Amino acid sequence: MNRFAALLDRLGYEPRRNAKLRLLTDYFRHTPDPDRGYALAAMTGALMFKEAKPGLIRGLVEERTDPELFRMSYHYVGDLAETVALIWPAPGHDAAAKVDGTPTIGHNNPPPHVPTLTEVIETLATTSKSDLPARVAGWMDALDETGRWALIKLITRELRVGVSARLAKTAVAQLGQIEPDEVELVWHGLEAPYEDLFAWVEGRGPKPESGNPAPFRPSMLSHPLEDEDFAKLEASEFLAEWKWDGIRLQAASGHGSDGRPVRRIYSRTGEDVSRAFPDLVDALDFEGAIDGELLVVREGRVQSFNVLQQRLNRKAVTPKLIAEFPAHLRVYDILFEGEEDLRSLPFAERRRRLEALVARLDDPRIDLSPMVPFTTWEDLAAARADPASVGAGPDADAIEGCMVKRANSPYLPGRPKGYWYKWKRDPYLVDAVMMYGQRGHGKRSSFYSDYTFGVWRDGPGGEELVPVGKAYHGFTDEELVKLDRFVRNHTVKRFGPVREVEYGKDKGLVLEVAFEGLQRSTRHKSGVAMRFPRINRIRWDKPAAEADRIETLEKILERGEKEVHPLKEDQAERPGKKRKEA
Amino acid sequence: MALRSTDILTQTPQGLYCPLGDFHIDPVRPVERALITHGHSDHARSGHRSVMATRETLRIMGVRYGEDFAGSTQEAPLRESIRIGDVTVRFSPAGHVLGSAQIAIEAGGTRIVVSGDYKRAEDPTCLPYEVVPCDVFITEATFGLPVFRHPDTRGEVRKLLDSAALFPERAHIVGAYALGKAQRVMALLREEGYEKPIYLHGAMERLTELYKAESIPLGETPKVVAAERSKLAGAIVICPPSSIQDLWSRRFPDPVTCFASGWMRVRGRARQKGVELPLVISDHSDWDDLCRTIQETGAGEVWVTHGQEDALVHWCTTHGIRARPLHMLGYGDEGEAEEAAHPPLEGEGREHRERGGVETPTSESDGADHPTSALRADPPPQGEDMA
Repeated sequence: MNRFAALLDRLGYEPRRNAKLRLLTDYFRHTPDPDRGYALAAMTGALMFKEAKPGLIRGLVEERTDPELFRMSYHYVGDLAETVALIWPAPGHDAAAKVDGTPTIGHNNPPPHVPTLTEVIETLATTSKSDLPARVAGWMDALDETGRWALIKLITRELRVGVSARLAKTAVAQLGQIEPDEVELVWHGLEAPYEDLFAWVEGRGPKPESGNPAPFRPSMLSHPLEDEDFAKLEASEFLAEWKWDGIRLQAASGHGSDGRPVRRIYSRTGEDVSRAFPDLVDALDFEGAIDGELLVVREGRVQSFNVLQQRLNRKAVTPKLIAEFPAHLRVYDILFEGEEDLRSLPFAERRRRLEALVARLDDPRIDLSPMVPFTTWEDLAAARADPASVGAGPDADAIEGCMVKRANSPYLPGRPKGYWYKWKRDPYLVDAVMMYGQRGHGKRSSFYSDYTFGVWRDGPGGEELVPVGKAYHGFTDEELVKLDRFVRNHTVKRFGPVREVEYGKDKGLVLEVAFEGLQRSTRHKSGVAMRFPRINRIRWDKPAAEADRIETLEKILERGEKEVHPLKEDQAERPGKKRKEA
Repeated sequence: MALRSTDILTQTPQGLYCPLGDFHIDPVRPVERALITHGHSDHARSGHRSVMATRETLRIMGVRYGEDFAGSTQEAPLRESIRIGDVTVRFSPAGHVLGSAQIAIEAGGTRIVVSGDYKRAEDPTCLPYEVVPCDVFITEATFGLPVFRHPDTRGEVRKLLDSAALFPERAHIVGAYALGKAQRVMALLREEGYEKPIYLHGAMERLTELYKAESIPLGETPKVVAAERSKLAGAIVICPPSSIQDLWSRRFPDPVTCFASGWMRVRGRARQKGVELPLVISDHSDWDDLCRTIQETGAGEVWVTHGQEDALVHWCTTHGIRARPLHMLGYGDEGEAEEAAHPPLEGEGREHRERGGVETPTSESDGADHPTSALRADPPPQGEDMA
């Protein structure tokens, strides 16, 4: 348990992906089975404890601490789990016990037993509700602060140390000469503590059988299309589709050994997200695997990414949520049909198979991503500039450019060169004024590399700047040095790692910020949040007074909302409508 | 009849004052006669007419302020009673840094102990704390909350050594206060068997030399040569806390930012400073040791000078000990000073990096059991490359 706790502790502070990988691999290499397998399960979200709940910990700590001291401590630390871990009065550590309580020397109590990770996980999974408090309290007594913190994280099942399931699996793959995608392929047939998986990657055992009748297959990804690429690419060899502003999904369906259908939905990194989309899982009435985009479609119209996010951000998937934000899969590729692997077929051929499958399915929740007809790159450029004019109709707002695919391309895992390209529409641009600089992480920890910027609005005392976003990339190394120098030389206030810089009508630095979209936000003073903001250009030449006003952003926001919220108007006019849909 | 404690020691704008002996203890402004507990700059200031302190503290003040830091100086031998006016004073080891002492003041059968800063944990660079029984115990409360429980320092040093072994291509830059903490970290590294040179920021040099001259073995401690920073892959470098994120640290190979401080116990604190490897090593007493020490002195009354006074006063009261906070200003400026400043921006300090900058998901909404959290888990930015 202590090793696992130390790993979580270190991961939580480590901002770099590669360093995290190194820490994980080192842990997996030096930790025996089955502990390392349970650690992997914890990090991939594969654990489930029926009776161990956060309330259990709260109850235990309340019995053991002065409420006033706990209140002051919680106020200071700001995080409940951490406060509990630190304040827990372990025997022998407790001031009262040392002096006026039970003697710590010469007693007959057995020394506290520090549990292994395996013991913790197995006990949490099997112990009855009535016996759990005593077991957990015993561990809390035996563990140190970091150990207790890790134990609480396990019980609440919220590790929050910046490790995705994918990263943990990549670390396992790095134990041997195995590609992460191969681990992904066998993953769904495996169970904690994954001893067969470790044996395989370490070359001590056979490749585990994938017992999953609906496995994930690694997604094929695209490269951005740059201006200079067009000269090298022959338009007639390519096909084009819209690039939808949704979420990439893979839907797989098969039959279990008992003959019952097994239907799963995966993210593009292979995480099983089926339980978030029961409405879509229902629709997977086929055998095979298809690739497409998750969208919210209301009355046949694709909604903006903002609307989709309202479905994604909910924890509980209720019938109401499903009715209000119906999930839709717009498909563009097929990997398997039945047992037949189609991935080596040319894209054009797969497309025909896909069209036939979608026609057979005949389900409004699954449809085809239409092809965009073009002969020359100029044709496609015109389509990309105005999708509505080329058949996208009212869905044009949910289109963020074109996908350009070689007609003969096989379906390859990863991001192979020369087959698929994304040609995104031009970003929105706004001129904003730098307001704060924050120190970066890792290599950038001595640079002020994250910038909060604002635009003008009318305030009580005249025009004022209101922060609208924060960006930490888009500039070159040389520009970073200059931006860092600007922050240091124009600091007016310091707040820990953040510096407020000089800004006003006649002073300040204008940043041209590029972003992909806007959404309303209650967390930001300005009421808007940007998607993918980055520094497009540094306008050393532009006076701050000439930066944009908030109305510029409001207009972008309103245009999107007006066109993608027809349902709201419907509800107002026809109150019975929503019930019928549900 | 015994004197009242407030007849022996009172509070003035300069700090604690003993009218019967006409001297101040650790005054924050220049006074006629000052008794100094230890060499940290918030306790030991220059410009007093006369200064009494331990031999080591006087040397430290000489190094920091120049030999003319006071009109006259008088060495206070440890554990010896010295008569000043109508009181007797006695200096005893406080275990805080080299030369640190508590000062006991006795008059009319009442004894007050001004403990200065102190710790009970083991420290190879100074004498251990000695309990001095007293009627009134005056204590700091820098870590006066029950969440502060300092771990075994060996474990913390091992964390540093393990990391240096795992990342041999990177330099480990350890922020540590120039007096006491820096030398303690060096000594602990040596005790754990680390034999390579430990590189020092220039600001560490003179005090480290003084420690060595006081026969504390710290091994080879070369000063970092500016032009050679980029060659220090695999090295352990010790610098003042302010330098870990300064321009100075920029040239080291892919530095791992470490910070040795009791504040590192709280994760939010470490994150706020951008620390990647927090080392919970403190020269102050943790909560348990504060409580234990108060009880061991047998004091019926406790005055709390600075730090987290409220919680310690509450604890004393619930344990039948009279206690009051002094709310003294001007302390805690060096060593493990409280640093104020929470950024005013919404969501600052949280991670904003998921899905390449979508602003809404915060750590609050990013729970592992969130049904769609996986969808937002686009691969994080690769190795923080400078774009």
